[in-house]
Amino acid sequence: MAGTSAADGKPRTLFDKLWDSHVVERLPDGTCVLYIDRHLVHEVTSPQAFEGLRAAGRRVRRPEATLAVVDHNVPTSDRRLGITEAESRLQVETLESNVAAFGVPYVPLLDPRQGIVHIIGPELGASLPGMTIVCGDSHTSTHGALGALAFGIGTSEVEHVLATQTLLQKPAKNMLVQVDGTLPFGCTAKDIVLAIIGRIGTAGGTGHVIEYSGEAIRALDMAGRMTVCNMSIEAGARAGLIAPDETTFSYVRGRPFAPQGAAFDQAVAYWRSLPSDPDALYDSTVILDAAGIAPMVTWGTSPEAVLPVTGTVPNPDDEPDDTRRAQLQRMIAYMGLTPGQKLTELAVDVVFIGSCTNGRIEDIRAVARIVEGRRVAPGVRAMIVPGSGLVKRQAEAEGLDRILREAGFEWREAGCSMCLGMNPDKLTQGQRCASTSNRNFEGRQGPGGRTHLLSPAMAAAAAVTGRLADVRELA
Amino acid sequence: MMDAFTTLTAIAAPLPMANVDTDKIIPARFLKTIKRTGLGMHLFDTLRYEADGAEKPDFVLNQEPFRQARILIAHENFGCGSSREHAPWALLDFGIRCVIAPDFADIFHNNTFKNGILPIRLPREVCDTLMQDARLGENARLTVDLERQVVVRPNGEAIHFEIDPFRKHLLLNGLDDIGQTLQHAPSIDRYETRQLQEKPWQPGIAI
Repeated sequence: MAGTSAADGKPRTLFDKLWDSHVVERLPDGTCVLYIDRHLVHEVTSPQAFEGLRAAGRRVRRPEATLAVVDHNVPTSDRRLGITEAESRLQVETLESNVAAFGVPYVPLLDPRQGIVHIIGPELGASLPGMTIVCGDSHTSTHGALGALAFGIGTSEVEHVLATQTLLQKPAKNMLVQVDGTLPFGCTAKDIVLAIIGRIGTAGGTGHVIEYSGEAIRALDMAGRMTVCNMSIEAGARAGLIAPDETTFSYVRGRPFAPQGAAFDQAVAYWRSLPSDPDALYDSTVILDAAGIAPMVTWGTSPEAVLPVTGTVPNPDDEPDDTRRAQLQRMIAYMGLTPGQKLTELAVDVVFIGSCTNGRIEDIRAVARIVEGRRVAPGVRAMIVPGSGLVKRQAEAEGLDRILREAGFEWREAGCSMCLGMNPDKLTQGQRCASTSNRNFEGRQGPGGRTHLLSPAMAAAAAVTGRLADVRELA
Repeated sequence: MMDAFTTLTAIAAPLPMANVDTDKIIPARFLKTIKRTGLGMHLFDTLRYEADGAEKPDFVLNQEPFRQARILIAHENFGCGSSREHAPWALLDFGIRCVIAPDFADIFHNNTFKNGILPIRLPREVCDTLMQDARLGENARLTVDLERQVVVRPNGEAIHFEIDPFRKHLLLNGLDDIGQTLQHAPSIDRYETRQLQEKPWQPGIAI
């Protein structure tokens, strides 16, 4: 099970090592029974899985390897009032009765540790380097920032993991995305990952696990690394990975569910064996120069429709492929844009800061730095939704909530919120939103809503100027 | 639990769009159900209905004979986005048992198999040809034969497709993945015992 060397001595990637160390059995056709160390569960994609277990008379194999939380449906206003929407309430109550019936560890809504599943996993030390981690949510790729193999699964697979603690899988291909150099002023992890998606497209990583490396990635803190890995799925890759290093170890140290004392040292010794061997081969490699990255913003309804904030809306007439041209026309019409229009001319109605992509304390600090001493522009609704109760508490301890409230931001309770509009936080028809979330699909944040994805600092710039703005002019 | 997939002769609906994401297939506001069924009415909700709930007449599934379609043909990267299994559940509830496209997003691709839906990868040109066939509607049923791994065009031409043999086996026999995996329970037990010794620092969670 050691991560250091393969039986045949062939150099291996981080992914290869994580995979090999979790293969329970390799079937003749190459499908593997893959062991799952940590299973994160939330209310939206689990009810049918528990129902399936019951119907088949099966039990949860390892409740203690599982952690459940409510995040997608929950209101971000005062929780003591309960959940008013009946269907959302039923989903939350269903999870509560399922975790009670099957003995699954659960963070309740009113617990200060409650939050977005991909924020609280790393925050509580439930997600660790070297693990396999799954969740019925595509942004499980987030946890790959720790050097864990983490990916999203459907509800049938949720049931499969609950029942067997394994999945039937074939290994993915290895893709290396190397980001050399130093990020320029005003640019963040979000700009890196948006630039990568712009370069390789939303299907660029399909069938692959992406390992991010290079000086610009190494220089990121864990929050930034999680932002990058989080959006791997937006590049088509089920999982993103960053090799664990000192930054990782110091992040994990002391977290409640992480190993402590001598056990921690033993774990670190193992985690040090995980990084890719120097001569490991990748099926494909993409190299970017961080110096060429600018603050990015999406203009269309696919994360690959992304440009530097200084850019202009593309002209579909320049696109030779029929399907692609039709797609551009549809995106421009949906987003209410004109070809050639400058992105910085676009006025925003709503600013949403939060989500599993950018709902960490570092993100809130970045917003506060821009906002301090400024006001949210008239007519703009700006909301900030911490990724977890602990993030919220930390921000309040640092006085960030005061800066944000004074500037005119709504300061809310933790949850997925307007990232996907399952709770009451939704865009209305035609509203334009600067959002730190991960998807700009049609209707994602509410029917008819228009989403522009950007970094927390860029979202803060949009909030105070009332339009998409270049944060470098404000910082 | 899952219906076996052997052969299917049916009307196919052409949807010449690339990057059909899971929010398009089933928007998040319909994920609040705790059941697998009943999502068909919301399949492609925003493409299919006006804000007031009226059908958009231009959308293919609002047209005859495509309301009866059991096969869907689309362009690249079908099913990109979220892991929501509500997407295949909505397709299945509408009646779709087979989706043909040049390629699929990974998680969606996985999810279709678990629900007895067959995703078929065929080159873009072939998809376009099949869409041309499909537009003939009632007179142009396609046949999908999983055992032979062919899509048979209305003119009788058989087009071969590739499929993972293990998944083919499960689909042909309507087999439950979990039942398959539990045959390996002794190996899982051994793995867990070994892991406990080798990674004692990876403890369980107690809230």
